[in-house]
Amino acid sequence: MANAATLRGWLLAEIPKSKTQARCQRLFIGWLDFKRNPIAMIGLLIIVGLVTIAALAPWITTSDGLALDLANRLQPPGREHWFGTDELGRDIFDRIIWGSRITLYIVALVSIIVVPIGLMVGTVAGYLGGWVDSVLMRLTDIFLAFPRLILAMALVAVLGRGLENAVLAIALTTWSPFARIARAEALTIRNSEFILAAQMQGISTVGILARHVTPLCMSSVIVRLTLDMAGIILTAAGLGFLGLGAQPPTPEWGAMISLGRQYLIDQWWVPTIPGVAILVVSLGFNLLGDGLRDVFDPKSGH
Amino acid sequence: MTDSPLLSVEDLHVTYNTPTGLVRAVSGVSFELGREKLGIVGESGSGKSQTGRAILGLTAAGGRVSAKRLDFKGTNLLNANQRTLRQIRGGGISMIMQDPKYSLNPVMTVGSQIEEALLIHNPTSKRVARERSLEMLRAVKIRQPERVYKAYPHEVSGGMGQRIMIAMMMIPEPDIIIADEPTSALDVTVQLQVLAVLDDMINARGMGLIFISHDLNLIASFCDRILIMYDGRVVEQCTAADLDRAQHPYTQGLVNCLPRLDGSHEELPVLKRDPAWRTPPGAAR
Amino acid sequence: MIEIRGLDVVFGHGKNLFHAVREVSLRVEKGQSFGLVGESGSGKTTVLRALAGLLERVARVSGEMTVADETLMRQRSQSFRRRVQMVFQDPFGSLHPRHTVDTILSEPARVHKLDRIEQRVVHALEEVGLDASFRFRYPHQISGGQRQRVSIARALITGPEIILLDEPTSALDVSVQAEVLNLLMRLKREHGLTYILVSHNLAVVAHMCEALSVMQNGAIVETMSEKQLREHSSTMPYTRQLLTASLGYDRTAIDAFEEFG
Repeated sequence: MANAATLRGWLLAEIPKSKTQARCQRLFIGWLDFKRNPIAMIGLLIIVGLVTIAALAPWITTSDGLALDLANRLQPPGREHWFGTDELGRDIFDRIIWGSRITLYIVALVSIIVVPIGLMVGTVAGYLGGWVDSVLMRLTDIFLAFPRLILAMALVAVLGRGLENAVLAIALTTWSPFARIARAEALTIRNSEFILAAQMQGISTVGILARHVTPLCMSSVIVRLTLDMAGIILTAAGLGFLGLGAQPPTPEWGAMISLGRQYLIDQWWVPTIPGVAILVVSLGFNLLGDGLRDVFDPKSGH
Repeated sequence: MTDSPLLSVEDLHVTYNTPTGLVRAVSGVSFELGREKLGIVGESGSGKSQTGRAILGLTAAGGRVSAKRLDFKGTNLLNANQRTLRQIRGGGISMIMQDPKYSLNPVMTVGSQIEEALLIHNPTSKRVARERSLEMLRAVKIRQPERVYKAYPHEVSGGMGQRIMIAMMMIPEPDIIIADEPTSALDVTVQLQVLAVLDDMINARGMGLIFISHDLNLIASFCDRILIMYDGRVVEQCTAADLDRAQHPYTQGLVNCLPRLDGSHEELPVLKRDPAWRTPPGAAR
Repeated sequence: MIEIRGLDVVFGHGKNLFHAVREVSLRVEKGQSFGLVGESGSGKTTVLRALAGLLERVARVSGEMTVADETLMRQRSQSFRRRVQMVFQDPFGSLHPRHTVDTILSEPARVHKLDRIEQRVVHALEEVGLDASFRFRYPHQISGGQRQRVSIARALITGPEIILLDEPTSALDVSVQAEVLNLLMRLKREHGLTYILVSHNLAVVAHMCEALSVMQNGAIVETMSEKQLREHSSTMPYTRQLLTASLGYDRTAIDAFEEFG
């Protein structure tokens, strides 16, 4: 317990002795703020739960969810198969658990592509203004104008089926709003005195964008990302539903709904349980996003 | 003063409960206001604005106001019901704030706002209201009252906006005006012109004025009496003429640390904050 | 040391054209404190920013400016950025909210590739009267006066010769203003600095400067020495009115106020 006490002491110290300590202190105070919002904590719990389940998959599941067992097909939820079995006799519980890894994979991959592109395009457009702004914003508009699913379908038709291509398609249709958000923040900041001070110091434009403008856009972008996550998961599910995403026998939740939809009436658990899983995870991200927004921007909400 | 004071404040306290503890914004302020110009001077955190707001019951949510006495012309403001308070606000005591940009409604014309201020307290016909409003605009030295009457707040300059505020606050004929940094956002010549308008109206109507500001020079030249506030308390009360004979070291420090127009380039005497000036912890309620 | 000839600054186009600075010329000697006084909209801050080279992207700047024998072109050189620094008005707005004091102070040193950065940071903090415990604080954790000191420390890090001061104390309490003005005077003496001080407050300018120009509507109305200011021997009616107004409220004097431009 001595370690916990000293850590807390370090985090609450009056005078930070290093940049790391100062940053950790700031994050800690943000965390304390976040903790006070019970709804946000629920969201966090769900997401942490998702990550834990995905990490512990080999130990929680009894099989890899891929093996066929036609004798046991369409069994209702019971003691042996907690969520029942699907049309090929595979244990749905195991497939849900393994599918969580795929969901996380989609989430992570999309984020890694979308956030840097959105930030770069947005901050450059907002900060430099003029024709650069016009060109970049028209580019953003082009991508923004396409309905997400349709463009994703078209891209997959060109690139071929598969989870990575689906993810790429989703990323390409998702980055535009982030660029807009980053641009809006950059526009607000660009005439601030601290930016003028940075220019006064002779800091290069790249330096100003990277170290001064981008850090201030991060919170809006992160909040938007978590709130968009639900939509991203649903789009991936939709693509999976259309057979354009993960290919069988991969236990992607959307594909599971698609393949199981014909059994909805009599064997409701086959499509419904993956649907509930998607619902819960989307909800988790939404609640988390709301909570993060309240912490980052205390003027809105409470 | 020959007649009884318009406003009596005795032992006023305003406290806020914050996550980091109890904040005592105002700790035991007492004063009386007659038909005169009273200035309240202090730096940030002195509690001067909070005092003004507490009088009108405009303390922000989460703040607790208490006092031994808070009387306006015989009415106890502390336990008055909402209806009485609403009548007093505007009709008895009015407030002018710092930036007209934020206190004037941006989507209503100037004229309609002044009329509204009148009609809330003295319901009359629209025609009479319009005439009175135009009269008021003339009284605050606005040169083209018909044009300004139809204008929107963003179309007028800062100085004119403040004069419009004055017109709005004066039209229900209150007895007291509380002005919280009314000219701090204005250029110095415009400041004085606006204050001249205020001065004339107050003298003509025999009103009382509470002028809250951080500008000691301005208050000393404009007001009759001065209260100096520090850390939520009044540390000195004196007439404007007696300011250079001030007793309290904080007041003296404040007066001495101002740079002068006959600038000497000498080091300015720095105000040494004596911890003894702070409100003793037991003083709050 | 600093010479400006025929400076003109125009913002916007067509209907939104705004001629912020008209044909402004001034001279500042080495080691002098030069004041630029005016009310809002007079163009004084614009002149300072034009000199600092901060208006390149937002306005059309024409005229000649020379600093320490270097004629200023559209882009300021690295050597200019080392020798000329600026302190801004808003103590909160001029420090990046997400950077610690240490980052704020070490960045200019890094940009100009100076050595012994950590020592410079600590030394700069000492010079402005802040101890090393301030190094890793964020701007929102320190007071307005302390933030302004950090701003001044930032201006000192590169060892400049000229500091441009844009209303450095207007947002501060009066007692804090006195401390900051004293600090600025001491630093000027110790480092042999040259100042251009922009302010709407005549008393501050009179206290700090040896010479000043009064601006109105983008143009210079009058240039005077501190002696002339002290003796109220101004020739221009605008300046006289400004002086009278700066003395405080005087009901009869106000009746004589004119509208200028």
